[in-house]
Amino acid sequence: MSKETRTDLKKTEKGNVPPVPEQTRPGPLYSPAVDIFENDTSITVLADMPGVKAKDLKIDLRESVLTLTGRVTEPEAPGEAKVLREYEAGTFFRQFTLGETIQQAKIDAKLTDGVLRLELPKLERAQPRQITVRTD
Amino acid sequence: MLVRRVWPSRPAFENPFAGFDELRREMLRLLDGQAGGEIFGDVGPGVFPPVNVTQDEDNFYVRAEVPGVKASELSISAVKNRLSIAGKREIPQEHERVSYHRKERAEGSFNRTVMLPADLEAERIDARYADGVLTLTLPKAEEAKPRQILVKT
Repeated sequence: MSKETRTDLKKTEKGNVPPVPEQTRPGPLYSPAVDIFENDTSITVLADMPGVKAKDLKIDLRESVLTLTGRVTEPEAPGEAKVLREYEAGTFFRQFTLGETIQQAKIDAKLTDGVLRLELPKLERAQPRQITVRTD
Repeated sequence: MLVRRVWPSRPAFENPFAGFDELRREMLRLLDGQAGGEIFGDVGPGVFPPVNVTQDEDNFYVRAEVPGVKASELSISAVKNRLSIAGKREIPQEHERVSYHRKERAEGSFNRTVMLPADLEAERIDARYADGVLTLTLPKAEEAKPRQILVKT
């Protein structure tokens, strides 16, 4: 073991989500781990969605509710027999309410190595403005 | 080093706890993840990354969820029946002047060893990384493969 200090990654269980509204496709729903941060001009969402292909990822923003749905197809071939199973493949699902008004047309989504990066630019009028106080 | 045995010392029997782990996950799922996590805490096999192992006649298949790890940051090695997956996940620093609302994604390094039920042909291991999932195809050693025995009459 090396002596240098390092942080070891711990295995985290995928959080389950109760399906609301009920889904038509059977199978478990998992909540992806996310980072959300914002600066003056945009809100950025990063979500871990391993196994989701770009075509199976749905991002929906309506009435200030952002919905992320990523479908994972079972990667196993039919002839494979189970030896050890530590995680299940299922649909990733998560919803957020956005307080800010977003420029819908300029939303940018990128999926690299199972991580979604979603840039939501704020509307011009929602951006903070520096107000200078004048003195007479 | 943490070693998780897929099989106990007697290779003829399956790990009696593998089924239990699956049952536990199913229970957590039914209990609704959040509440379940609080009740049971971190009782799972706390080694990153979680792996699924399957087999057919010729190969073992190991799949691991490692989102956000670059293929160049993964190192895989195999000796006899022992497979090691090591790597590092880095979350790049965002620009200054951002304020975080949520920070749930973790970074760090990992090194996991999995014991497989039979020896492997280390030279012919195939590793693929796509969409955050690492897929390894591990050919079984010739002597570990099932053999058809002809019954003579």
